[in-house]
Amino acid sequence: MTEPVISVRDLRVEFVTRKGILRAIDGVSFDIMPGEVLGVVGESGAGKSVTGSAIIGLIEPPGRIAGGEIRLHGQRIDNLDPESLRRIRGRKIAMIFQDPLTSLNPLYRVGEQLVETILTHTDLGPAAARARAIDLLNEVGIPAPERRIDGYPHEFSGGMRQRVVIALALCAEPDFIVADEPTTALDVSVQAQIIALIRKLCRERGTAVMLVTHDMGVIAETADRVAVMYAGRVAEIGPVRDVVKHPLHPYAKGLMGAIPTLEAEAERLVQIPGSMPRLSNIPLGCAFNPRCERVFDRCRVERPDPNVPRFGLEGEAPLMPGHHVACHLYTRKTVETAS
Amino acid sequence: MLAFVIRRIMQSAAVMLAVALIAFLMFRFVGDPVNQMVGVDTPQEEVARLRESLGLNDPTIVQFGRFIGNALRFDFGVSYQFRQPVTRLLAERAPATLELAFTAAAFALVVGLIMGVYCALRRDSWLAQLFQAISLIGVSLPTFLIGILLIYLFAVVLGWLPSNGRGQVVKIGDWWTTGFLTTSGLRALVLPAITLGLFQMTLIMRLVRAEMLEVMRTDYIKFAKARGLRTRSIHFGHALKNTLIPVITIAGLQLGSIIAFAIITETVFNWPGMGLLFLKAVQNVDIPIMAAYLMLIGLLFVLINLLVDLTYGLVDPRLRIAMRS
Ligand SMILES: Nc1ncnc2c1ncn2[C@@H]1O[C@H](COP(=O)(O)OP(=O)(O)OP(=O)(O)O)[C@@H](O)[C@H]1O
Ligand code: SF4
Ligand SMILES: [Mg+2]
Repeated sequence: MTEPVISVRDLRVEFVTRKGILRAIDGVSFDIMPGEVLGVVGESGAGKSVTGSAIIGLIEPPGRIAGGEIRLHGQRIDNLDPESLRRIRGRKIAMIFQDPLTSLNPLYRVGEQLVETILTHTDLGPAAARARAIDLLNEVGIPAPERRIDGYPHEFSGGMRQRVVIALALCAEPDFIVADEPTTALDVSVQAQIIALIRKLCRERGTAVMLVTHDMGVIAETADRVAVMYAGRVAEIGPVRDVVKHPLHPYAKGLMGAIPTLEAEAERLVQIPGSMPRLSNIPLGCAFNPRCERVFDRCRVERPDPNVPRFGLEGEAPLMPGHHVACHLYTRKTVETAS
Repeated sequence: MLAFVIRRIMQSAAVMLAVALIAFLMFRFVGDPVNQMVGVDTPQEEVARLRESLGLNDPTIVQFGRFIGNALRFDFGVSYQFRQPVTRLLAERAPATLELAFTAAAFALVVGLIMGVYCALRRDSWLAQLFQAISLIGVSLPTFLIGILLIYLFAVVLGWLPSNGRGQVVKIGDWWTTGFLTTSGLRALVLPAITLGLFQMTLIMRLVRAEMLEVMRTDYIKFAKARGLRTRSIHFGHALKNTLIPVITIAGLQLGSIIAFAIITETVFNWPGMGLLFLKAVQNVDIPIMAAYLMLIGLLFVLINLLVDLTYGLVDPRLRIAMRS
C-alpha cells in the first residue's frame, strides 16, 4: 500500500485577535496520495487558503497552528523549527498563488528568480541552474525560453506569468503542490490550459496536488477527490464522482445542485440562502445548522464527527471507503427522526 | 529613453524660467535698486542717468531678457552690501554649505535606512519601539531647537565638540575649501550635520519602515517565502530592493531641501555658508544676492528632480519600458 504524501489530522488553526481567539480551521483531516489531486471547494472564508498555508508552514502571527498534525511522507512537519521548515518549502512542498500578476517580484528577471530558487534547493552550479531554468520554462510551455528567461515579469501576459509561477514551484521537483485558485485571475481561455498543465505535471511526476478553486467544472475535470469545506471544517470528502454527482451533505448538495452537468465550464458556486457564520460566532453543534433545510435537534447540540462511519439513506448501504460526511443524517439510528 | 530625457529637460527649463521670473520681479518691485546705490544727496539728474545706464527705463520684457542672459553667464550683478560680484560671494561660500549638506544627507540616508530596515524586520522589539519614539521627536522638534540642544549638551556641558564655525579648512584648487581634511574641520562638522540631517533621517527611517512593511505583505514576498528562499535573500534582496524605489525618490528630493534648509543650521552654528550669506542679504535687502540664491536653489531642485527621475528609470524595469515608448 502506498503512503500518503501529505496527511493532515485534526488540524486546528487559530488567530489571536483583539476580539479573542478565532478558530479558522477546526478539526480538518485528509490524506493526499502520490499523483492525486484533491480539490478543495467551499464559500469564501471557509478556510481553504488557511489550510494550504498551514501545510506549507506559512501561518504568520497572529495566526498559529493550535492543534493536530501535518505529516509529509509520515514525518511530522507542523512542529519543525523555521529553518528546517524553510528547507522543506520549495523543495518538498510548493505553493502556487492566485494572482500571477503579483506573485513575481517585478524587479527581478524571470531567470534570476528561477535560478535563485534552484540554487537554494539543489547542488547545481549557476550555469547548470540556468540550463535547468530554461528546461523548466520549456516544460511549462513558454515559447523561446532561452530568450524569455531574461525578460522581466511585466513583459509576460497573465497566462504566461502563471506558467512562470508554476515553473518556479517546480524548481526542486516537489512532492506536493498547493495550488490556491491558480486560475481565478486568468482569462477563461487560459484557465483550461493552466489546469491541463497542472494535471499533466501531476500525472507525469507523481506530484500530489491540493487544488483550491471555486470552479466546479475544474474540479470535475481535474480532481480525483474533493473536500467540501465549511466554516473551517470538512463537510464532505470523497471521490470526485461521488461527491460531485451524488453529494450527501446538505451544504455540498447546495453547492453542487445548480451545476449544469455537461457545460460546466465556468460555473461559479451557487448561493445558498443565508451566509457562513463569522468565526466569532460559529453555532454549537453542526456549523451549518442555521442554514440547513434538514436540521433537527441533535444538529444543534452535537457536532457531527467526520470520522464515524456513515451510511447512505437508501437501504443504509455503507459509504465507499474514503467517503466521509460530517452530517447526522447519515447515522443509522437518526434516519427516521430526520425524515 | 532619449525622448523621455529630452522631455524632462524641457520641463526643467520651463520651471527655471518661472523661477527666473520671480527673481526678476523681486528686483523690479522689492525696493528700487537705484535707491540702494545712491546717497540721499545725489542730484536728480545723476539718479536719472544711473537709471538709464542700468537699463531700468527699457520695456520690462527687454529687462527680463537681459536678466536671463546675464543669469546664463552666472552674472547676478554686484551685492549692495559688499560691493562685490554676487557670483564670487556665493562661490566662496558654496563649499561650506555643500559639504555640510552632503554630510547631513549621507548621515540621514545611511542611519535612516539602517534604522528603518531594522524597525520593519524587528517591528516588535523594544529597540524598534525606541527608534519609533525617537523619530517622532526628530520629526516634531524644530531644527534650531535641536541645534541649540546639541550645542548645549556636546559643546557647553561636555565640551566634546565645537559649536561654531567650520574649524580649519584646506584649500583645494582655485576656490574650493574643505573641512574634511583636518581634525578640527571634521569635528566642527559633526553637530551641524546631525542637526541638519536629523529631520531627514527620521523621515527616511519612517518611510523605509512603512514601505518595507508594505512590501513584506505583498504576494511576491509570500511566494518567495513559499519557495523556501533564504531569509537573508528575502529581506535584503527581494524586499529591500523594492523598498528602495520610492525611497530613492524621496531621499533624492530631500537633498534639495537639506541645502535650502541649511539656512537655519548655518545661523545656529554660525557656519560660513550660502545660507548665512542669504540671511544677511535679507536683513539688508540685498536683492542681487537674494535673487541669485533663489535661482541657485531653484536650479538645484530642478537638477535633483531630473536626476532622481532618470535613476528611478534605471532601477525600475517597468519604467524603463514606459520611457522607451
Ligand atoms: N491573518 C488573519 N487574521 C485573522 N483572521 C484571518 C487571517 N487570515 C485568515 N483569517 C480568517 O480565516 C478564515 C478563512 O480564511 P481563508 O482565507 O482560508 O478563506 P478561503 O476559504 O481561502 O476564502 P476565499 O475563497 O475567499 O479565498 C476567514 O474567516 C478569515 O477571516
Ligand atoms: S448535521 Fe444537521 S444541520 Fe448539519 S448538515 Fe446534517 S442535517 Fe444539516
Ligand atoms: Mg483563499
